[in-house]
Order: sequence, then structure tokens, then C-alpha cells
Amino acid sequence: MTEYSYPHRHLLGIQGLSPVEITALLDLADGYVEQNRSLDKRKNLLRGRTVINLFFENSTRTRTSFELAGKRLGADVINMQAAISSVQKGETLIDTAMTLNAMHLDVLVVRHPDSGAVKLLSEKVNCSVINGGDGSHEHPTQALLDALTIRRHKGNLAGLTVAICGDVLHSRVARSNIYLLLTMGARVRLIGPRTLIPTQIDRMGVEVFHDMRNGLKDVDVIMMLRIQNERMRGNFIPSIREYFHFFGLDYHKLALAKPDAVIMHPGPMNRGVEIDSDVADDVERSLIREQVEMGVAVRMSCLDMLTRTLPHTQESAL
Amino acid sequence: MSVRNAEGQIAFINARLLDPATGLDAVGGLIIDGEVIAAVGPHLSKSQIPATVPVVDCDGLCLAPGLVDMRVQVREPGEEHKETLRSAAESAVAGGVTSMVCLPNTEPVIDDVATVEFVARRARLNGLAKVYPYAAATKNLEGKELSEMGMLAEAGALGFTDGTKAIRSALSMRRALSYAATFGAMIIQHPEDPSLAEGGVMHEGEIATRMGLSGIPAIAEAIMLERDMRLVELTGGRYHAAHVSTAEGLEVIRKAKAKGLRVTCDTAPPYFALNELAVGDYRTFAKLSPPLRSESDRQAVVAALVDGTIDVVASDHAPQDQDSKRLPFAQAESGGVGLETLLAVTLELYHNAHLSLLDTLSLVTNKPAELLGLAAGRLKPGNAADLILFDPSRGWKVQPDTFRSKSKNSPFDGRLLQGTVERTLVDGRTVYSRHA
Repeated sequence: MTEYSYPHRHLLGIQGLSPVEITALLDLADGYVEQNRSLDKRKNLLRGRTVINLFFENSTRTRTSFELAGKRLGADVINMQAAISSVQKGETLIDTAMTLNAMHLDVLVVRHPDSGAVKLLSEKVNCSVINGGDGSHEHPTQALLDALTIRRHKGNLAGLTVAICGDVLHSRVARSNIYLLLTMGARVRLIGPRTLIPTQIDRMGVEVFHDMRNGLKDVDVIMMLRIQNERMRGNFIPSIREYFHFFGLDYHKLALAKPDAVIMHPGPMNRGVEIDSDVADDVERSLIREQVEMGVAVRMSCLDMLTRTLPHTQESAL
Repeated sequence: MSVRNAEGQIAFINARLLDPATGLDAVGGLIIDGEVIAAVGPHLSKSQIPATVPVVDCDGLCLAPGLVDMRVQVREPGEEHKETLRSAAESAVAGGVTSMVCLPNTEPVIDDVATVEFVARRARLNGLAKVYPYAAATKNLEGKELSEMGMLAEAGALGFTDGTKAIRSALSMRRALSYAATFGAMIIQHPEDPSLAEGGVMHEGEIATRMGLSGIPAIAEAIMLERDMRLVELTGGRYHAAHVSTAEGLEVIRKAKAKGLRVTCDTAPPYFALNELAVGDYRTFAKLSPPLRSESDRQAVVAALVDGTIDVVASDHAPQDQDSKRLPFAQAESGGVGLETLLAVTLELYHNAHLSLLDTLSLVTNKPAELLGLAAGRLKPGNAADLILFDPSRGWKVQPDTFRSKSKNSPFDGRLLQGTVERTLVDGRTVYSRHA
């Protein structure tokens, strides 16, 4: 489809990607959306390639999405759920890399609860690595699928105002989206209680709001973030009830945004915590289901792009 | 290399003598008699040395007191795979350190007389750098019951500290300061509020936010110091803050000193030579405790070294093996080795024209010695001949593989530095030579 070749060995984050690279990944994904909607969903582009999904953290949707993406391109996909004892979790990371190297795989998709762990692993393995989410750092394929979803509805990313609401502090989705949206020329607002907005995040070039009424005014896109109970250390919010009252998205707050503003959520949703069920299920406004569909296409695009630069002969693969 | 005469004498001539304690900076000579300095001064040229004394021509190299390092983690007993008293002492003399004080955070903890004596005896047998222990301020570093400070001080403990842990409870700190003062002993604090630092792995700010790492706010230091200053005032105790790293923390110390409180502090080379950017791509060698701070904090540390708010520079040597560092950032141990870079990084203060050569050296020689009550760190006849010959300008690149320390976790890995230790003497014996 496109002659563009992605110059990086890995996809570890959105930070550092150029608008051209992001656009190329999205353009390629657009084509896969059509393929996925057709009867013959399968391509043999990655026949003979091995993709391993290595997940150090529980995940159903991201893992399934990558698995489907790999299989639709004809790759052999294997899921590895790495059990981690809390005591010596990272200790095995380097050993894991050594083991994987011996298996001669082509692409490794990694999710890990620690920021930077995927990068560490990428330095030790011989294959291409896709970051499937590392700690509170980055989740690049999520930002790409969000961008694809927005682009298909709004035509363009540049010039849009996007509000990212909720637990920004613990969110890798927020960080990757901030990098991507700013790179593509959108304006980004963050909305949340002060305890969930990280220090000096305004220096990344975003506007920070602590009140949904001001923050949602005239926005084109509303991205809700999940309240991540598993990452919460100590008291960040006093109660779910209070959180929903001030920061949960309902029709009342939605009315402040542009009339055609769309609603997104990376899932899985906590209904009644960060988003009202009716709003989430509103087919006119909510793109949440479509995001999942775009997820598969974007991951196919990433796998396609990364494997274009892989060595093609057995010898050079060693 | 240095053959003595039958009386055990040897003379070093044609050296640039540097003695920060007296302000001496002149070309001259020094005579060693047995284990002690016999004479020193600009008058000691070749013609003034008795013919019976063998002479070493220093060729203009600097001759200074051996460094006194008041904060070193040795890891023996307990973690000998990271460092032993032997490897630490070899690392020390290679860095020009002739006296060092080790922290009690070993396994077992140095909180009884037997362990103090074990460390002293093992170090003596090595015959390299002199090792003095701090003992635990509280039993097993738990922050609760006081250790037997009187007996530990008698056995040779130079001060009391809970090592890399802050004494968290205000009551424990009050009692420790009060009780230690009974014996004229000093309490050394790791000044960081544990509740604010909990879970944090680097300096809180833009970089931590971008990297998705949880931060330790700079005020964690100032808050702990503020509390402690009140307790020092209340108890009349003797307090020393280790590795101060923030502008606000230094302001607290500055005020306390102006008030006349018995307070001193040190910092470590990373805090005036590096900032949070060194963490870069999750570089765990730059994960330290306290964390590397912002550039404005770094500049405040330099300013405090210049105005005397910071009394001493200590290496804060913290050996960690590969397995403790080759981990995701949040899981990696903190700390960096520092004995072999202490002199050269500290000399950056001189090369960058912040301090004179004598004032720079003073931070690692006579000042820590005076603070600890050691007869070291000066070129004084009658004192032990613990000396270094160094070249302040010679350039080198930090290559941790060549370190004597068992651990290679230097935050200065790859840095270009100026200043090499050419020779180190302890009790008049050459224990290190760069050319050996």
C-alpha cells in the first residue's frame, strides 16, 4: 500500500515518532480496517514469522487484539502469561530475554507493570519489540488506535481539542496519547483531581483543569481514563461516589462539550465510576466499541511495518 | 620503588605541598619517619635533606593528606558478593582515600561491640585504608530502641546512624540525640521523610512524570531536616545530615547554623556533578538515594559548598552487583560506587572555578577529619603518614571495569574527569601506585 518503511527496530513508545511515521502507521491501519470487515480476513504477509505475546500483567483485550492481528497476517502467535511472584519479578527479565532469543522469534509484544521494563527487555533480545504497555509510561498501540478512531470520525487530528479525563497519574494511555496528539497538532487538556494529575505535566505542553465544567467546554473529543485501583497506593480519592460526582462523565457534563463531541475509553470501563452507563452505550456519541475494532487494525499495521525491516534470511536472523 | 634507610626514613621532594588545614600551598618536601610525618615544608629541598635519607623526586606532583571519606557502605559482613572490607579498602586507596567510615547497614547490623571490633580487626589486617565504623543509632536499625551508644563509642564507633534509613519517629530521634550527647557522640541522619518518599524511585518533577516513574518530592528532605533542627535545639545534641541534595534542605541547614545549632552536613559528588537527567533512559546506575535532583538543586549544592553551608564531601559509596541493578528501574537497588571517583569529581569544583584547590581538598581531608575527631587529613609532623601524590590536571575516562571495587555501578560511567591519584601511602607505606 505505502512505500514508506518504518526506520525503527522496535515500537517502544510514541515519544520520538514523527508525524510522518504516525501517519504512515495510521494509513496502513486504515487498509486493514477494510480487510477485517471483509469475508476473507486473512493475509499471508507474516507467514513463517513468530510473534510472542509476553504479558507480565493481566490483560484480555490487548492480548487478544494482538493475537488476532498476528493471526490475520498469517504469523504463528504464541501467548505467554508470565507469572510474577512479587518478590523476584524483574529478576527473571534478562533470563527471559535469553530464553526468547533461543526461540528465534520475530516480534515480541510485551506488557509489564514497571515503567521502562519493556525497553530493558528490548536491549537484550534479538527480535523486534512492541510495547504493549509498561507501567505508567507508554502504551503506544492504544494511542495509535485512538488516533485512528478520531481520524476516521473527524477527518484530521490537527486543530482538534481533546480532553483526557481522570487518573492521568497512573495512566500510560494518557502519556502516549499526549505525545501523539501534540505531535499531530491537536490541543490536549487534562482534567482530574489534583491528586491524580502528575507534577509538572503542564511542561509537556498540555493544559490542566481540575473542574470538568471548564475543562470540557468546547472540546471535540473526550477520552475517559479508567480508575486504576491496582495502581493506587494510598489515598488519591476519598470515594467512588465523590469521584463520580465531580469527574464521572454523564449527560450533564457532556452537554458542555461541542454538540458533536465524541466519547472514548480505553477499557475496561468501570461503569458508574468514571463513566455513566447510558453515556458509554450511546451509539451517537460513544466510540468505545469502535476503538476495539481499530485496535486490531492498528496492531496489524504495527506488525506489518516492523517486520518489513526484519532480516529475511535465516543466516542474518542469527 | 621507595627504599628506606635503616631508620625507616624517606623523603619526598620537589612536590607541590597542599595542606588545607594550614593553607600551605608551596613547592617543598616532606620527610617520613617510620609511620609518621617527621617534617614538612617549602624549606625541604634536596639540599636540606640529610644525605642518609633516601629521596623520591615528585616532579611537581601534588602531595596532600590522604582523603577522609565519612560515608561508605562496605557490605561486609553479609553481602560479600557486592563488596568486602578488603575490596573496599583497595578501592579506597586507589581513589586516594586513606581513612573511611563505614555504615552499620550490614548483615548483621553493626549495633553491638563485637561487630564493631570485627570490622576494626578485619580492616587492620588488610593494612590498607583505615576503616572506622558508625554504629546503629537504634537496635537493628529499626528506629525504636537505642543501641548501646556508650559502649559502642568506647569500642570505636565514630557516630550513630540508621544508615540509609531515616530515623522516622520524632521521639526516637529526640532520645538518640539526647543520649548520644551524653557521650559527646554525633547522630548522622539520612534526611528524607519516609512517608513522602515511600514508593518513589526518582526526583519528582517533569522527567519522572514523562517516564511514568513515581517521584520523591524535594521537600521530603527539608521536612525531615526542619523537624530534626527543632529536636537538635531541644536536646542540644550533635547532628550531621548526610548527602544533602536539595536547595530547600540546604536552606534549613544554613538557618540552623546561623542560629548556632551544632549541625553539620555533607553531600556526595553525584549531587553537585549530576542532575535528574542522568536517569535518562531508565539508567539504573543513576538511581541513587536520595535521588538525583533538578538542575537548580544541583546549583544550590554547589553554592552551599562555596559558602560553607556544606562542610564535607563524602563518596556515599554504595556497591550493588549486576543482579541488583539490571532490573526495571523501580525494582533496582539504589546507590553508586564512589571511592575511586571521589577525588576527581570533587576536583571539578576547582576546575570549574567554584573553589580554590586548597578549599576543594579541604572538603575531603581536614574538614571530615575534624568533624569526626580523627588525627588525619593534614600534613602535620607527628601525624600518621597517610598521604597522596596526585596530578590535578591529568585526564581520564571513568571505566568501571577497571575499578578495584567488586561492584561497578558508577553513576559516572564513561565520564571524562581530571585528576589522578598517582600514589597513596598509609602509615608511611605505599599501598597504591597508579603505575604498579
